[in-house]
Order: sequence, then structure tokens, then C-alpha cells
Amino acid sequence: MKNPDVTYKAFGKRAILVEWRAEIDENLLNSILDFKKCLQEKNTKVILDVITTYNSLTIFYKSTIENIYNEISTLQSIFKTCVSSNIVKKKLWKIPVCYDLEFGVDLKEVALKNNLDSREIIRRHSTSIYTLYFVGFLPGFLYLGGLDELLHFPRKKTPRLEVKKGSVGIGGSQTGIYPQDSAGGWNIIGNSPIQFFDRKRTAPCFAKPGDKVQFVPIDIHQHAEILNLVAYKRYAIESEVLDA
Amino acid sequence: MLKVVNAGVYATIQDLGRFGYMSVGVPIAGAMDHYAAKLANLVLDNDENDAVLEVTLGGSSFQFLKDTIICLTGADLNATLNDETIQLNHPIKIDKNSVVKFRNSVYGARAYLAVKGGFLNKNVLGSRSFFKEITKKHVLKANDEILYDETQNFNYSQLAGVKVQQDRFLHSTIEVYEGPEYGMLTNVQRKELTTTTFTISKENNRMGYRLEQLVRNNLDGIITSAVMPGTIQLTPSGKLIILMRDCQVTGGYPRILQLTDDAINKMAQKSTGDSFNVEVIPL
Repeated sequence: MKNPDVTYKAFGKRAILVEWRAEIDENLLNSILDFKKCLQEKNTKVILDVITTYNSLTIFYKSTIENIYNEISTLQSIFKTCVSSNIVKKKLWKIPVCYDLEFGVDLKEVALKNNLDSREIIRRHSTSIYTLYFVGFLPGFLYLGGLDELLHFPRKKTPRLEVKKGSVGIGGSQTGIYPQDSAGGWNIIGNSPIQFFDRKRTAPCFAKPGDKVQFVPIDIHQHAEILNLVAYKRYAIESEVLDA
Repeated sequence: MLKVVNAGVYATIQDLGRFGYMSVGVPIAGAMDHYAAKLANLVLDNDENDAVLEVTLGGSSFQFLKDTIICLTGADLNATLNDETIQLNHPIKIDKNSVVKFRNSVYGARAYLAVKGGFLNKNVLGSRSFFKEITKKHVLKANDEILYDETQNFNYSQLAGVKVQQDRFLHSTIEVYEGPEYGMLTNVQRKELTTTTFTISKENNRMGYRLEQLVRNNLDGIITSAVMPGTIQLTPSGKLIILMRDCQVTGGYPRILQLTDDAINKMAQKSTGDSFNVEVIPL
């Protein structure tokens, strides 16, 4: 794919924001991830961290940027010569989710207002393959794209003060899992017993932007079993390597 | 060990932050006022990134279970050592079992206490800064104990104190740069931002400060993108939020302004009811 147009903006004195067109699109994601990889290969000494989102990449520098124009032109030339590499194998992660009403406290409401049967919501939610765009909001919170249009449902007007760890929610056109207890405004349709963030691992989050995610329905007994295995660190998330 | 006798309003251990994990959603955290935290370490000839105790607004007391040298910087929280007033920004010799108390704010919101060699609580993902679900504790409670190394027979005359200008704490002009979405604002909105005196609402903490005054707003959200400490977001209701050190790594509100590094430190010393004006300076 030809390099799409991007714009560069200073974001304070220690960061530069690079923006692609304001869309959620997998081609943009690939361009953003390629650029991140090139930056990390070529410019690591001055870079503290690189954050990518749906349509942007923010470079955090170790010290104050002395000359923003010089730095931007360095970035532009890295971007221009950056070739897309599909060396990094993408993975498909199979995330177990229990859609039992004990967890899916908003499932009935989403079904009713979207004129679908609860079973149909579950079927559609668990057959789609989602793309992981980035991790943000909370440690291990996956921003997923690809929610079935029939499942879109507005966020709650007033967020709940307590959403349980593992809750699977729908917020507008997005779906995701709360990796820890948190306040939150998404509609909860299920719960996943797995750990989305482990501070004891050098890579605390198993999945990477560009990976795919699918939800696998489990019943409440399987949920309890997996929860137990996770507690003893004996649960491995099922995954398969995807062809580039 | 430092023993928490009374935790007071809010107290945590902080260094200069946790880097390299923002892309898995981990906030930077770290001392709210970097200037004061670094100064406390500097006076003790520590590494500037050594972990220090951050005390918000006082009401707290701590007992030292080993000999050490300390330095107190930042806000004047009417601190005492064994019931005698402590000089700020100077090295102070501490004998085993001494008690330091922080009473109430004379000026500023956050005081920093460094010990010789720094606090040695567990380093998690490259930092000792407290953060929920990252470190075991996210706020200090009574009877907590924090490790540090004993310092004995130290010739502390080789350490010197410093003078800090008080206007750092009283300054009511906050310097900001234009943020990534500043260009979306109308001239009327821009003028409102620089002519309004803003007040910090009671919804303020290490994550962010909500301001009382509203700015007329008809901007929609943006596609979720990166934010950082010092970013000022404009919410659909016209409320402004200044993100502070514990802020999330991404957000969906327009990022209209960005505090300078030093302005974040100055903001860290402000609290509920304090007011200020913003001055937009060129990058």
C-alpha cells in the first residue's frame, strides 16, 4: 500500500503527534504500526515511548525538543523510506466469555432495544473476528474494531461506578473487556475469566495491536473452572498464528 | 522502615514515573511536582529519580524506625519533627523512632519527603510509583511500612540546603501551549480561555483537576487518541479537565491546551478553590 498522507503537530515540548485521516480502518492501522516499527528501529536513542491509537501515533521524547521543525523533517524522512514489513506474525486470540445473565446484566436491554433475541446477540458477538487497534484507558484494555452493526448500542448516560473485572461491554460501535474493577459506561453483556494484564510479565498484555480477537461462549461452570486455573497460573489463552 | 502512623488526606510513594508501558495502557504516574521531588533528592545527594513520600494537604504522621537524613520540599504543610518545626529544603538528621507530622497547608498542596538513598518499596515495571493494580498498594494506610536503608555516622555537613522562591506556590498565571485541537476553537472560545479566571473544583486528584468555569462549546469528541499529564481537555458540557500525573494514556475529548512542564509542577501545588489564569505561549 502506498504511504497515506499524514500530518505532524507539536504536542507540548516533549511529544509530536502524527495523524492519519480520522477513520477507523485496518489499512491505516497497518501504516501506523509500520511507522512505529521503523521509528523504533531508527530513532530509539531520543524516543521514550510511542503510543498508537486508531488514526494517530504520538512520539514521546526523552528530553525537550529543541527544534520542532528539524524533528518533524527527521520523522518525515523516516516515514517516506519506511517499507511495510509483514515479518511480525499476527495472532488470533480466542477469549472465553460467559454470556450468562448473572454477568450480562444489560444483555436483555440490548436485545430488546435492538429487536434481537439474546441468543442472536451472543451468536453475532462471538462469530465476529475483531481487530485489536490499541490498548488504552486502563492497563490491558483492548480497543477492538469490527462490532456487528446490529449490536451497536449507545453508552449509558450515567456511567456505573462499579463495573466488575472481566466485564464484556458494548459502547456505541465498540466492544471491549474491563481488565480490572472500574467505573464505566458500557452495556455489560458477559464476563471473561482471563487476565488481560499481568504486571509480573515483561510483556504484561498478551495481545498486540494488529492481532485479532474472537470471543468463545462458555457456560457459568466453565467460567468458574477457568477462573480457578487463572488463579493458579495454569490457564493458557488459546491462539493461532495468522498468515500475513 | 518508615511506619505510617496516620495516613492523613492522601499519601503515596512516587519517583519520576513509569515509562515504556504506555502502549499497554499503563499511566506514567510519578510525583505530581517533579521540581520539588527532584529538589528533595538533590539536597540529599540522591539520584533524582529516587522514590520519595508525597503528602497531600497533611493530617498525617510518620515514624522512622532507622537512622537517616531527610529533606522536606514542596508545600509548607506545617511539618514538625518530634513536635519541633522543620526547616524546608534542608538536610535534617533523623534519629531512630523520630516522628514527622504534617499538620495543615500554609501554602501549596503537596509536600515531598526524601530519605538518604530513597525509599526501597518494590520496583514494578521500572518504577516505584504507586498505582492501582500495578503496585500492591496504591495509597498509604496506617501501619504500612516502607523500606529504606539505614544511614549512620554520615557527615551531613557536606550536604547543603537551598532557598526556594515562594512565588512558585502563589503564582496565578499558568503557562500553556496550544494543544493538538486548539485549531478547532473559535476566536470567541480562545478569548474566553485567556480572559477567564479559572477555579479548581473539588473534583481534583492525581488523575486530573476539573475546573468550575464553563467554556461555551459545540465541539464533538475526537477519535480516541493519546493524552498526557498537562493536557487540558474540553468536554461536551464545556467543562475543562486538566490531566495530571496519574491520567489515562488515551482520551476522546479535544486536547485544546497543554501545560508546560513547569506549569504541571505549579498546578500540582494548587487545590480545591485555588484560581489561576492561563497564558498561551508559543512553542
